[in-house]
Amino acid sequence: MDYEVVIGLETHAELSTITKLFCGCSTKFGAEPNTQVCPVCLGMPGVLPVVNKKAFEYALKAAIALNCTINRYTNFDRKSYYYPDLPKNYQISQNYYNLGIDGYMTIEVNNVIKKIRMHNVHLEEEAGKLIHPENAGADYSLVDFNRAGVPLLEIVSCPDMRNATEVESYMHALKKILLYTGISDCKMQEGSLRFEASISLRKIGEEKLGNRVEMKNLNSMKSVLKAIEYETSRQSELLDRGEKIERETRLWDEIRERSVRMRSKEEAQDYRYFPEPDLLPFVIDEKWICSIQETIPELPLERKQRFVETFQLSDYDAGLLIEDKILADFFEECLKEVNLPKVFCNWIINDLLREVKEKKLDITSLKIKPDQLASLVIMIDKGTISNTIAKEVFSEMIDTGKEPKAIVEEKKLVQISDEGQISEILDKVIASNPNAIEDYKKGKKNALAFLMGQVMKESKGKANPKVVNELLKSKLEG
Amino acid sequence: MKLLSFTALQIRRKILAREIRTSDLIKELYERINKVDPDVQSFLALNEKAAFDAAKEIDQKIANSVKVGLLAGIPIAIKDNICTEGIATTCASKILRNFIPPYDAFVIKRLKEEDAIIIGKTNLDEFAMGSSTENSSYKITRNPYNLNCVPGGSSGGSTAAVAADIAFMALGSETGGSIRQPAALCGVVGLKPTYGRVSRYGLIAFGSSLDQIGPVAKDVCDTALLLSVIAGKDKHDSTCADIGVPDYLKGIDGGVKGFRVGVPVEYFGKGLDDDVRTAVDKALKIYEKLGAKIVEVSLPHTEYAVAVYYIVANAEASSNLARFDGVRYGFRSNDVKGIDEMYCRSRSEGFGNEVKRRIMLGNYALSSGYYDAYYLKASKVRNLIKKDFDEVFKKIDCIICPTSPVPAFEIGERVNNPLEMYLSDIYTIPANLSGIPGISIPCGFSKKGLPIGLQILTNCFEEAKMLQIAYAFERETDFHLAKPKL
Amino acid sequence: MSINIKDIEYIASLSKFKLNDDEKMVFVGQLSEVLSYIEKLNKPDTENVMPLVHPLSMTNVFRDDKQEESISRENVQFIAPAVMGAFFKVPKVIE
Repeated sequence: MDYEVVIGLETHAELSTITKLFCGCSTKFGAEPNTQVCPVCLGMPGVLPVVNKKAFEYALKAAIALNCTINRYTNFDRKSYYYPDLPKNYQISQNYYNLGIDGYMTIEVNNVIKKIRMHNVHLEEEAGKLIHPENAGADYSLVDFNRAGVPLLEIVSCPDMRNATEVESYMHALKKILLYTGISDCKMQEGSLRFEASISLRKIGEEKLGNRVEMKNLNSMKSVLKAIEYETSRQSELLDRGEKIERETRLWDEIRERSVRMRSKEEAQDYRYFPEPDLLPFVIDEKWICSIQETIPELPLERKQRFVETFQLSDYDAGLLIEDKILADFFEECLKEVNLPKVFCNWIINDLLREVKEKKLDITSLKIKPDQLASLVIMIDKGTISNTIAKEVFSEMIDTGKEPKAIVEEKKLVQISDEGQISEILDKVIASNPNAIEDYKKGKKNALAFLMGQVMKESKGKANPKVVNELLKSKLEG
Repeated sequence: MKLLSFTALQIRRKILAREIRTSDLIKELYERINKVDPDVQSFLALNEKAAFDAAKEIDQKIANSVKVGLLAGIPIAIKDNICTEGIATTCASKILRNFIPPYDAFVIKRLKEEDAIIIGKTNLDEFAMGSSTENSSYKITRNPYNLNCVPGGSSGGSTAAVAADIAFMALGSETGGSIRQPAALCGVVGLKPTYGRVSRYGLIAFGSSLDQIGPVAKDVCDTALLLSVIAGKDKHDSTCADIGVPDYLKGIDGGVKGFRVGVPVEYFGKGLDDDVRTAVDKALKIYEKLGAKIVEVSLPHTEYAVAVYYIVANAEASSNLARFDGVRYGFRSNDVKGIDEMYCRSRSEGFGNEVKRRIMLGNYALSSGYYDAYYLKASKVRNLIKKDFDEVFKKIDCIICPTSPVPAFEIGERVNNPLEMYLSDIYTIPANLSGIPGISIPCGFSKKGLPIGLQILTNCFEEAKMLQIAYAFERETDFHLAKPKL
Repeated sequence: MSINIKDIEYIASLSKFKLNDDEKMVFVGQLSEVLSYIEKLNKPDTENVMPLVHPLSMTNVFRDDKQEESISRENVQFIAPAVMGAFFKVPKVIE
């Protein structure tokens, strides 16, 4: 039988603050275990939380960027469950008055735009890290609390996705928004961006949703997609056999590429949410929302459309540019110097990205600046240097961050267009290559190319090819 | 001996005038503690060595005419649910037997800044859950006026120590009357500040929206002095108000002429002991004589206060006490297999029955399907109780009523009946629910010679006025000068 | 409102308590008594009453995103029941 897959995603993103959500401990990744801790994030008796304003504003920014209605009155709630990586055995989260509700995000699949609705966006604290020793027979686990209390944004989508392609597009689009707004570094390998999927099936045409399965332990975008594929076939097989799908939570086993039951609905946890008495409520007024709104840059999808429409770039090229905000910003900075969108686009997506890849550079700390690339392009345009020379200069700019003019002068790379100067070189080449002249006169066309090459070699690549070509022809025929 | 019966302000004068040395005072104090406390049992731990070191330092400062703090050389006892860096803080619970906090509570920092001397940690009902100090896992504290009676609770160790002249002052904490009620039962002064007046940072939480730390002292002026030191903004407590702290001693002698004193009818009904009623009536007469106008008021939702309190306080407690799990600190049961067994055994062996009962009640009130009926409903009725106070404070300056419906009861009398025990806080709980401040001052003795407390309540952040009203009575009477025979 | 043994067992599991049969019986009795006293809360009309969670009417209390010193691992682990190297050690946790 044919089924429709219904997928919703829960996303957790660690916010890029310097300190934790409720205390002044560092959030830096990779420190020695249990060195970024204090009585507050260890849940010592007597301690109290105080909210990090930056984290709150980042969450607000995300909620606005995801088109949510902002709850003008919001607060934190305690979510109770026991786990050794959760110091207080309750997580300070939001349940009754989430920061943002009823939002949406647009994704693009096969050139079709689709709206995915957001159920809510809220702020909570991260748990610590539990380590299960590899050695067989170990009867213990280990806990590192460095991560405990790092601000975490939870974004809950509505079950609006219908296949893995949409999910993939959603994950990429959401990640880009989080990066564009600068609220998370989205490093999946460090766990700062994580997804959980809820998956259900229903007969095509049916309106009622099937029982959903919550899928946890998805460590990469790839495993999200694999898990969806696996769940789809697992559930449809069950349904085909006339069995019912149980509402349950399952864990994705990355190695065996299958899901296993974690707990059924009956075993569902009783979180006992209630308003956090240690934190006072928050009132968010229009003024505050506006001031946060102002800090939100143009979002990726809109920017791409603008690039296509305003600069007549291809959809593909524009897509490459907006993939990373830094590239798109670089591109627009260049245009401020001289309005040659297609030229800059080519430089960035071909040359810049190639250099970055080959030299394994960090795109966030490029030495070359947009106005420098613009100067280079102007130099080509004016005929000061040739295209070939420009590539050499560009590579040097990437390495050193020097001005193109300085490099050109230093290495004496200015193009020679002076006919007298070129004529001298030509005479020299003609004199020392009588065979080639013979060949040319016999009608061998490639002799000209050879002679051109000799001239360029003699001039160290600086001779203006157009001038050389014209002069050479007239000398040989004249 | 005589030295120890002075008030803190009197002893401060003597220290500053170099009539006595702090180290001599401390020596005499510990001698008396060794003599008297085996009977009273108010201290869980003494801080003798550090106290002597601190005393020497202060003597040195004074000898060298270096400026000293407001509480220079004054020996202070601390309820053992307030964190003291390097000194075990147990909450009178087995689960925190070896817990040595790595940090000082905000109030402890303040005391140290003002050169107070911390002499030891006092007994309490486990996690401050109780009204008699019988629920301690370590010892039962006795009422200095009658060793067969309870001192009240949960700050019974602090109030008994002050009553027994083995501490000049003490810090207690309240969630539902735990300073005022034992202060009344021990014949000392106890004050619960407005919620948000004093930082809770370092107070081991019971009911977070109700808890406040407050002073216990021999008289109203000492109480004002100690409050001046501990009150004020702390950036580590989001619920601590950023409101300036006045000098509570200034203007304390302003009297009550023209003040309107509200007497809530609901506080004089069934269950009020005759001796207590008589003493409070006499006190009201004195206020009238001093120029105050007594008016009858009504706080119609009073009867729900205890029920609301037991939902709200215990719901918060069930969550606050979830952290005692044996992972990072505190007691962990031996030979446990698996994490869940560790949780269950550590908590079952570490907590006493009263604490378990309250955690269970709290979890029940928050559990799936019951939240609306219990926690939410209670929070709404809580608002009605607050509105009662808002309403009456539009018309009056303060409320005067009994602190406790009964004087000290006998040890063991109420332990097996939790509900009856809960009802002994009936007059103090409404202030915690609505956040207003309250003070209990001595106002007489029962026929059996047990102290009786008078309670004064004002609107939020009106501690100065409250102390002024309390002092007006104290100046006219000498109940606060009485000493138990020990 | 009275509660039974099953309720007590459920609440005990939420509270992480291990109770023997006698304890369960005692708690059934005591909690039932308290809960029936609490039933009086059904009397007042709270139809249009907002819940009061905080006695203070303050809002929007924040701290700046400024780093403060953490405490040393030695000071933290000194009071821990069990540690292993840099970690806190707990009985095996199975997902």
